Parts: sequence; structure tokens; C-alpha cells
Amino acid sequence: MTAVPIAGSRRFHLGDAAFKAVLWLAAVIVLVTLGAILLNLGIAGRLAFQRFGIAFLWTDQWDPVRDLYGALAPIVGTLATSALALFLAWPIGFGIAYFLTETCPKSLRAPLGVAIELLAAIPSIVYGMWGFFVLSPVMSAAIQPWITTNAWLVWSIVIVLLYGMFAALLFSLLGRALIGYAAVIALGLASATAIGYLFINKTDLPPLPSEDNPLWWWFQGAPVGVGLFTAGIVLAIMILPSIAATSRDVLNTTPQLLKDGGYAMGATRWEVLTGIVIPAVRGSLFGAVFLGLGRALGETMAVTFVIGNANRLPTSFFDPTASIASIIANTFPETEPDTLKQGALLALGFVLFMISFAVLALARLLLRQGRMAA
Amino acid sequence: MSTTFVALNRANYARRKGGSWIMAFLCTMAALLGIVLLGLILYTLLEKGIGGLALSVFTEPMRARGGGLANAMIGTLIQTGLGTLIGTPLGMAAGIYLAEVGRNGRFASVVRFVNDILLSAPSVLVGLFVYQIVVFPMHAFSGLAGSIALALLAMPVIARTTEDIMKLVPDSYREGSIALGARHSTTIGRVIVPAAFGGILTGILLAIARISGETAPLLFTSLGSYAWPTSLTQPMASLPIAIYKDAASPYPELTKLAWAGALIITFAVLLFNVVSRLSHHLVSRGGK
Repeated sequence: MTAVPIAGSRRFHLGDAAFKAVLWLAAVIVLVTLGAILLNLGIAGRLAFQRFGIAFLWTDQWDPVRDLYGALAPIVGTLATSALALFLAWPIGFGIAYFLTETCPKSLRAPLGVAIELLAAIPSIVYGMWGFFVLSPVMSAAIQPWITTNAWLVWSIVIVLLYGMFAALLFSLLGRALIGYAAVIALGLASATAIGYLFINKTDLPPLPSEDNPLWWWFQGAPVGVGLFTAGIVLAIMILPSIAATSRDVLNTTPQLLKDGGYAMGATRWEVLTGIVIPAVRGSLFGAVFLGLGRALGETMAVTFVIGNANRLPTSFFDPTASIASIIANTFPETEPDTLKQGALLALGFVLFMISFAVLALARLLLRQGRMAA
Repeated sequence: MSTTFVALNRANYARRKGGSWIMAFLCTMAALLGIVLLGLILYTLLEKGIGGLALSVFTEPMRARGGGLANAMIGTLIQTGLGTLIGTPLGMAAGIYLAEVGRNGRFASVVRFVNDILLSAPSVLVGLFVYQIVVFPMHAFSGLAGSIALALLAMPVIARTTEDIMKLVPDSYREGSIALGARHSTTIGRVIVPAAFGGILTGILLAIARISGETAPLLFTSLGSYAWPTSLTQPMASLPIAIYKDAASPYPELTKLAWAGALIITFAVLLFNVVSRLSHHLVSRGGK
């Protein structure tokens, strides 16, 4: 880009200066908005931090009667639902992106792409309602009981999937050299041991929660239909369109010339993707995923409907619990100003802001890096 | 020594092709799964929403049982309209600043970065913020507070699209204007903004679509109400809040109403999205 000299008249002109001052002021307002939200929540939440100290962050208590508050349960709920959503949505979202850029018939590409973008615009409350009225009954009647009785199988599948993801990640970070293979093989041995452990213990496991076997225990609990797991699934479906759309845009930034070079060497489509496209846009792809994570962390309505709204630490995937956003949405309207409870909720808001700020900042940095390279 | 020239290891090639085919198949299945799931949601919305649609939904206000959503719809129109009215000049001005004045400077880079963060910041926290600065000092939940919260959400969307679209206006336009002796403000106001107008309109419509479906920022600002909206300083009903309250109620007729409301708001949001895409092609004058 060439710099364009943009000063028409060198002489000072009041109207021109005022015009620019107004524009500058708007830019400052953008900055101030973010700073003010941060400061405001921090200052308003000081009541909780003064009373409980920094331990507020890792105390598991929410007892309005005795006026004792801790942030651990909602923080864990927020992170766990978002991680679950990401784990489910990322491979599918990437699959959609790959489908849209490579394997999809050309005539379907544009309409499907627009459809995905439109789905990303649907208000989140609709996803929440669907989760509550449609998904949650199915979860409690069929899916949760099945997972509970086949916990060993589900765990095996999860471990294999996680192994595949981490193996791909290790290869892409360490390269296909000795160290890469060593790391992937070590990870494979660990996964195999875990699965073997599950199979050996399969027959000995008691049907009820057993503290001896935490892996089993994670899939226990009453099949109430709302809770951590359902919230994670609804969140996954909600962030799916935006992950797919962003990943597609990222994949599309790879120059056709590079891909053609790969095909000319006789590479298959998948080899072009893993050998040429992904290395070229790796940072931005992570950016797309982090952007999805940022959305999931702060999502309120879709989660509030299905998380169960119990302000305690979950002991299994199926437990009703709370996220920061859901606990704020549920309890803030009925709290009195200047009370410790409101201070605790505002402090929670401050924590959520810091977490999503970090994730979104990382996402934008990664995406921007990609944009410059492209 | 072999005399045949082997250009390709056929077995190996078949394995590689097979692998590629399997991965492509898995990706297609993933895409299918995603599209089926999202289709399922839209189907449920249509099926349950159309069942709840009746004339009374559009003419009667909300009641404790039965009634309609008319006051909530008007409340949403007022708050979305006012929010857009406040957010548009702020967002446009910030976008113009980034594209035309600040450009690649350090300050502009920081503003751009912060704007990108605001773009996807948790909307529930914007609600908390507005509660602190508007609701608490005024000692009342109000439609005005709701509008301000929505304006803060619209601003970054408009700033981003305005900047993006103005960067597409060719530099020759700026050079031509300067060559005629125009001031910077004249160049921007008379040449660049008109050239980019279609894109800016797209941004505004996208922002309207985004804020009209927002629920979380209204929870502690305009609160919701059964009354017709009459004053900006009192709690005001809105469609998303009405849906939220009705969906949580134990009465089947209110649940039905919630689905009807969800269908209406989704339809409106999608309509704005489609129109915003079209407006880009319809209104664009010059530029690209």
C-alpha cells in the first residue's frame, strides 16, 4: 500500500479540524467503552474481593443465606461447557469448511456458504429454547442412560478421538521428524494404557458412582436432561456456523497457485490440505477456533436454558451446574444494589471479561497474523 | 537391473488416494451432520412457531396468561431503533477515523484491536455495565438503558464494516479529490462516504440484525414489562425478553407464544441479513 498524502490544504481550517476531532472522539469512545467496562466491573466487584480475598476465585461456595460466595463452580462451569463445545464443534466446523472449499460441487458452494452465515446470525435464545424443549428430553430419556451404561465405550471413543487430535497437533508442531514420531508414539502408548484399563475394569465396575474410578464416575448421575453435557452440546451447535464460516474464509486465503503446485506434484487432495494449505494458514485456523471459544465463553441465553442453574461444582458431566453468564442472568435482576451478593456477581463478570478478553485477543492476533501473510 | 521405468508406485498411490477419499468422506459427513442438526433446529422453530402464530400475537399485549406479544414487538422496535440511532454515528465515525485518518498509526491499530474485541465481547457484561452507569444512578430500569446497551453492541459492528468497505474505495478517488483542492473533510464527506455508502448500509443492517435478537444485555437494563411502551424512563418490554420469560413459564399457551415469538424474531433477523447482502449490490455507487 502506498501512503497517500491526505492533507488537501496545508493551512489550518476550523471545519476540517473539527471534523477530524469528531472522528477521533468516536475512536476514543471505542477505547473508553472497553476500558470503562473493565474498570467498572472491577471496581464494582471489589466488595467480593475485599471480603473473600483472591481466594474468591477458587472457593466452591454459593450460599446467599449465610452471605458466602466463591467463584469456583461458575468458573469451572464456564470453562467446561466451552471446552466441551469446542471439542465437539471444531472437527465438524473444520469438516464443513473443507467440504465448502474443496469437495463441494461448485453450484452448491455459494448457497451453502450463505446458509451457514445466516445460521450464525440466529439469536442464541432460539438455540437455548431448542436445547430445553427438544434436546433435553431426548438426553434424559435416551442419550444419558445409554452413555451411563456404556461409559467404558464412550471413554474409549473419546480417548481415540483425543489421541487423533493431539497426534495431528504434535506432528504439526514438532514436524514429521524423530521427535514428532516419538511424542506421538508415547501419546499412543498412554492412550492404549487408558483404554486397556477401562476394558479390564469394565466388568468390575459398580453401577453407582464410585470414587475409586473417576473416569467411570464422570458419566454417572441422574438423567435429568439439563446440565453440563447438554449445555456443551447446545453451545457446540451454536458456535458451529461461525467456526465453519471463519475456517472457510481462512482456508480460502491460500493462493490457488500453491495448491495447483501440489496437485502438479501428484499430491492427493488431503495431502494438499495437510501439506500445503494447513501449514500456510495454521495460525489463522487456531484463530478461528479461539474466536469460537470466545463466543462460547460469554454465551448467556443458550446456556442458561440448559445448564440446570445449580450453583455448585459439577461432580459428573451430567450434573446441573452454572456458568458465569448463566448465574449473572439468573440472579442479578433480583439482587439488591450495594450488597455482597451483587458485588460477587459483578466480580464474576469481571473474571468472565478477563477470560474472554484473553481468548479473543489471542484469536485476533492469530487471525491478523494470517491476514498479513495472505 | 530392471528396464521398466516406474513413474508411480501403484499400490502406494492407491493407498494415498484411498486415504484422501476417506478423509474427504469424513469431512462431507461432518458437514452433513452439522447441516442436519442446524436444519433440525430450524424445522422445530417453524413447526412449533407456526402453531403459535395467531392474529392476537400481533395485536394484544403480554398478559400473565394468554395475551400476545404486541407490546414486546413495539418495545423491540423502539429499543433497536434508538440503539441503532445512537450506535450508527459513533460506529461510522470510528470506522471513518480508522480508514481515513488514523490508518496504520499506532493509535488506530490499538482502536482497531479493541473494536475487534468488543465485536465478540460477552453481551451480558455490556448489560451489567449499562446497569452500573445508567440504571443504578437513575434508580430505574428503563427502555433508554436498554437502547444504550444495544447501541454499545451495534457500534463495533458498524465501525468494522465501515472501515472494511472504505478501504475498498480506490486511492485514485482520494487523489482526484485532493487534486481538485478539496479539504480532507470534503474528500471524506463528498467522495469516499458516498462511494462506500452501500457497504456502510450493509454494516448498519447487520448491526440491526445482531442487536434485535439480543436478550442478555436487556435483562438488567430494560427488564421487560407487561405494559405498552409509553416512556423511555420506565421498564420496557422486548421480544427476546418476552420469549425468555414465556419459555420458562409452566403454562403451555405461554410456551406456544414463546415459540411464535422466536419464529418472528428469527425471521426478522434473517430478513435483515438477506436485505443487508442485497443492499450492497443495490445501493453501491462507483467504487467497488
